[in-house]
Amino acid sequence: MEFRFPEDDRSAVRRIAVLQYLISAIFLALLIGYWRLQIGQHRQYLEAAERNRIRNLPVIAPRGRILDREGRILADNFPAFSVLLTRESPDAFTPPRIAGIARGLGIDPGDLQAEIQRTAKLPRFQPIVLKQSATIEDIAFVEAHRVEYPELDLLQVQQRSYPKNTLAAAALGYVGEVSEEMIAQSGSPYRPGDVVGKFGVERTYDSILSGRDGMRRVVVNSRGQEMGSMTTINALPGNDIRLTLDIDLQLAAEAALGGRPGAVVAIDPATGEVLAMVSHPSFDPNDFARRVDRETWQKLTSDPDKPLMNKAIQAHLAPGSVFKIFTGAAALETGTIKPNFTVSCPGVITIYGHTYHDWVWGKRAGHGSMDLHSAIVNSCDVYFYTLGKMLGIEKIAFFAKRLGLGARTGVDLPGEDAGLVPSPEWARKVFKRRWWAGETISVAIGQGAVAVTPLQLAYSIAGIVSGGTLRRPHLAFQGQLLALGGAPEEKNVREFPISEETVDALSKGMWGVVNEGGGTGAAAREPGLDIAGKTGTAQVVSAELQAAQTGTYKNNAWFVGYSPSAKPEIVVCALVLRGDHSTVAVPVVRDVIKAFLEKKGSRRPPPNQLQTQVRVLSQLQNSPATPVASGR
Amino acid sequence: MKRRLRFRDAGWVLLILALMIAAVGIVEIYSTTAHTALAGQARRQIYWILLGTFLAVLVSRLDYHLFVEQAIWLYALSVTSLVVLLVVGPRIGGARRWFALGGMTFQVSEIVKLVIIVGVAAYFADRPGKFVAWTDIAKVGALVGLPAVLVALQPDLGTALTFFPIAAAGLFLGGIRARQVAVLALLGALMLPVGWHFLRPYQRERLTSYVHPKQDTQGSSYQGTQARIAIGSGGFWGKGFGNGTQSRLGFVPVSHADFVFAAFAEEQGFVGTLLVLLLYVALLVRLLDGAQSAGDRAGMFLMIGFAAILFFQIVVNVGMMIGFFPITGIPLPLMSQGGSAAVFVFLGLGLAMSVEMRRFVN
Repeated sequence: MEFRFPEDDRSAVRRIAVLQYLISAIFLALLIGYWRLQIGQHRQYLEAAERNRIRNLPVIAPRGRILDREGRILADNFPAFSVLLTRESPDAFTPPRIAGIARGLGIDPGDLQAEIQRTAKLPRFQPIVLKQSATIEDIAFVEAHRVEYPELDLLQVQQRSYPKNTLAAAALGYVGEVSEEMIAQSGSPYRPGDVVGKFGVERTYDSILSGRDGMRRVVVNSRGQEMGSMTTINALPGNDIRLTLDIDLQLAAEAALGGRPGAVVAIDPATGEVLAMVSHPSFDPNDFARRVDRETWQKLTSDPDKPLMNKAIQAHLAPGSVFKIFTGAAALETGTIKPNFTVSCPGVITIYGHTYHDWVWGKRAGHGSMDLHSAIVNSCDVYFYTLGKMLGIEKIAFFAKRLGLGARTGVDLPGEDAGLVPSPEWARKVFKRRWWAGETISVAIGQGAVAVTPLQLAYSIAGIVSGGTLRRPHLAFQGQLLALGGAPEEKNVREFPISEETVDALSKGMWGVVNEGGGTGAAAREPGLDIAGKTGTAQVVSAELQAAQTGTYKNNAWFVGYSPSAKPEIVVCALVLRGDHSTVAVPVVRDVIKAFLEKKGSRRPPPNQLQTQVRVLSQLQNSPATPVASGR
Repeated sequence: MKRRLRFRDAGWVLLILALMIAAVGIVEIYSTTAHTALAGQARRQIYWILLGTFLAVLVSRLDYHLFVEQAIWLYALSVTSLVVLLVVGPRIGGARRWFALGGMTFQVSEIVKLVIIVGVAAYFADRPGKFVAWTDIAKVGALVGLPAVLVALQPDLGTALTFFPIAAAGLFLGGIRARQVAVLALLGALMLPVGWHFLRPYQRERLTSYVHPKQDTQGSSYQGTQARIAIGSGGFWGKGFGNGTQSRLGFVPVSHADFVFAAFAEEQGFVGTLLVLLLYVALLVRLLDGAQSAGDRAGMFLMIGFAAILFFQIVVNVGMMIGFFPITGIPLPLMSQGGSAAVFVFLGLGLAMSVEMRRFVN
């Protein structure tokens, strides 16, 4: 082989020189490229790198428990897993990926897409909760797809549980994911996916029950596996709340009302403590602890008996004859009549040219000669029609309002209805009409526009029999709230003194209702029981429950009873919707009072009450420092 | 005018530059793999570099003409082994690229690179004239194309592509004319759709994600994106040895091998990038200097061919990290972890040193 020398070929040498310049130029271009990235866009890429490796995981604070007055658990938590979506690389959410995640977790891709869009404005480092109470399958899916879907993560949370299920559900309320409106409120501490109280005690005392979530900054690798923890902000667990409710009494009340729609409220007239609160049909708040499924929600919202309404405080209904106590109080206090004022009842009366029938009309002859006592015992309409005419609406309304009707009682539950005590002023304001004189006659026996809630009736009757001392009904012990930093309630007691004679006359009447021959509350009469009370059969239906009423259109049955008659320790109000006649409400109250007295008779120091108090207090002292076991 | 062979003429600068770059590579491999499942890669790389250095010195002792004269046999042997590999080679990671030998695997195509360099050099060594004819272009094209197709079938398109710069450099030096380049470019452009047809889906995906990087941040362009994040987050001074989160936490793929430069740029910043690129430029310029002063055309074409393939691999690898080129499986010479690649580079260096040493001889 012959080799040629490059000396013979100067052009090759020139060409090599060209190559050297070419190499230098291209390397210069590369350098410029690196300069742009490493100097020009350094900050942006550094942030991207930090986002890659740092993940902020919330540490969910366990919600405080809800206990009954003896420390028995009404609401608790159990550990569960939520599936989180970290959104630190937003371009990752392409439709096929979203579909893949949705399929894996068994959620609707459209919902997921909407959720991602809804939360797009939030800071990237905040993960969103895709699914609460993840199933074993969900957990397996997340774990198995760490590489494909590194943005999915699992978070250990404390899921709310209500061991007694539907018991006292309306009073306890339920928790759910915080609404957008709540987040939007200025100064809102909430983030999407946060669990907050939505109803009942859970809502009223949300700030006490909910703790403060902590946060963990962890380093993850490209598969989303945790490689280390950077900082941890401990979660502050929420405080327990002990309610005035008594599970034993609550159970008795639930059983007494049974499957009928209605409400039962039991309060301690001496303190205003609510001992039992029933609203039927009930619901299971456990359904809300995870995201309530569409079917359950549909069922709850379409039920004409409105399970999600706490009828004890939200039913807006005519009280019927229970109102006669208020009419009577007005008549006595104004000096319009003396208790021995007598009216002869033929079963019907004509006032202002209009005929008003007594409830016995058509069944038997009238009540005959009635004084105040026998009129209450027999619930004589004609007697109170007469009083109504004598008093006029202004006086009736004045006393009814002062004695607790027509305004919220201030119970520590959300959504309380104010009831209604109609007056000429009200007619003018609401209907732009003048008051019809005949309306007064209806109102006098608790019909017409007058409306109350079961709690209101219990509260007002308790106020009347204790001489005009109205104690705000409540479910949380005041001392406890103060200890937890709550503001003291301003108007816990309202005084509207009524004379002893009035109280005596009305109380005796109510005793007679149960214990005298012909009394409308005779069903509560039982040897050894000392119950007094007043029945009511209300014909008028409120607009709100109209839907439920059409078709059957039966009367609502009321009974407010208390025991002992001399110095009541418990006042119970029962409402049986469409109960037809007050006599169906009477045994409900009787059973509750019986349970109360039985328990009182065999009263021993409740086993864990002391313990609970100690626990609540120690939690108060320790809570800021209490570390909490964090997820994973 | 015969002169004695002198050992100090033997292009030691080349070897020293190469060893400096390799040392940087080893440090980075150690930094990115220590305390991970891949720990130990740095040690292995040291062994390979030591072996490579030994081979380079050994080859530099030999007269390069020896290889050039046997080019035809070397070439035949290479093509045969590539065919054999395609037929009976073990399938590792979905491709038949490696010969397994006693627990070690060896990537044949790395050695074929050398053979092609020698082949092209041999072709031009005794070719007279200032210009190349179309027949020359066709012959050189075939000479390079045959092994390229065989390697592409493994499939290893990245390595197959590295063969062509050898032919290009040879033809350029041989005196290709602008008109011929233009015609070739036109032909190439016309062949593009045909080539697309032959690409495998993952290869097409890489090209698409190169053109539209935003479409899929998890797939092919995920690698590119993560590499860019690594490099950009390094900044001017870098995050420091062992502190590259992108590479150590696995966001940058194979940060000890193909993507070692991204890991390096993350930890050592622009300063490190600049220094290493300068070392590479020095190495390449030194090779071209050697080509200019080579004793004959064979030596010159050897040097040029080797420089061309090194240059191509460096530019494509370093460039693909910052999105200049699509992501291809082309390792960075001297820095990426890998035994076959190291052996190739040091054998090539040995040849270059052999040429240098004999520049005054003959």
